[in-house]
Amino acid sequence: MHIMEGFLPATHAAAWGAASAVCVGIGLRSIAKSVRAKPELKMLLGVSTAFTFILSALKLPSLTGSCSHPTGTGLGTILFGPLAMAPLAAIVLLFQAVLLAHGGLTTLGANIFSMGVAGPLVGYGVYRLTRASGLPAGLTVFLAAALTDLATYSTTALQLAIAFPDPGGGFSAALAKFLGVFAVTQIPLAISEGLLTLLIYNFIQKYSPGELSDLGFGLSGEKERI
Amino acid sequence: MSSRLKNFLLIVAVAVLTILPLLMVKKTAFGPDDQPAGMFKGSDSQAEGVIRAIAPDYKPWFHSLLKPASSEIESLLFALQAALGAGFIGYYVGYSRGRAKQNSTPPVT
Repeated sequence: MHIMEGFLPATHAAAWGAASAVCVGIGLRSIAKSVRAKPELKMLLGVSTAFTFILSALKLPSLTGSCSHPTGTGLGTILFGPLAMAPLAAIVLLFQAVLLAHGGLTTLGANIFSMGVAGPLVGYGVYRLTRASGLPAGLTVFLAAALTDLATYSTTALQLAIAFPDPGGGFSAALAKFLGVFAVTQIPLAISEGLLTLLIYNFIQKYSPGELSDLGFGLSGEKERI
Repeated sequence: MSSRLKNFLLIVAVAVLTILPLLMVKKTAFGPDDQPAGMFKGSDSQAEGVIRAIAPDYKPWFHSLLKPASSEIESLLFALQAALGAGFIGYYVGYSRGRAKQNSTPPVT
């Protein structure tokens, strides 16, 4: 999902940068608000950031014969909501852009937008819908995390197709090509990410029930359903 | 199903999903240099290839300020990134298990 340094035209880079700057600002306020109200949530915020650090460092092989990495943003999305994820994604992406030449400073805005805004928004929508429809809690966590991952990569494909329409087939042909690279490769990885997120969520539910209920979890019946 | 067994099965499933592609994807395509074409390359660099095919005239207008000196240095930094994350999760796991244990045993007087 990392668009390489310099690989977005300057106007696109600036537009995504502006959108992401706004989202990071909103996210910082949302995080500050929840931590000020409940300082003990800092630990779970750290866990969500750490989980993103681990998962986005793991480049896993996929059935398409290429490698890609999960994002790890599903956990924080479920715990803190989609708004909190833009600053978390920004930290990881900045680390990778500056030290690893992975992604870039000019494409940082676009990459924050896919990983920290669009993916989490989709994942959160999935989470609320599946919970409202009474699916088992474990399944809702799995689906939300897997689809956060998949939506992140589909957003990258969309961003690249907008910037580089195919000379023959235009935007949609370019989108099909970029989705072929990103989304198809990502399917098994998204499943892995969903499973790993469920693993750590189960642990958090067992050992941090107080923090979870501070975050509005622990609704009746939730415990039995997992 | 005990939660320990459930967690074990989750880890096994992730391991299978990771190992399966390595066994199933066969080296078929040979590049012009008679070497197997890039296997398990990063999707990010594949996307770069698609961009170059769609817009051959596009020139990246900015370059990374720092590049890892070699692929060894790159894997060092990725390992560092994962280790930072894993270190914190390990701290959280130990801390919260200890807290749970302390709360469940009556204080010694």
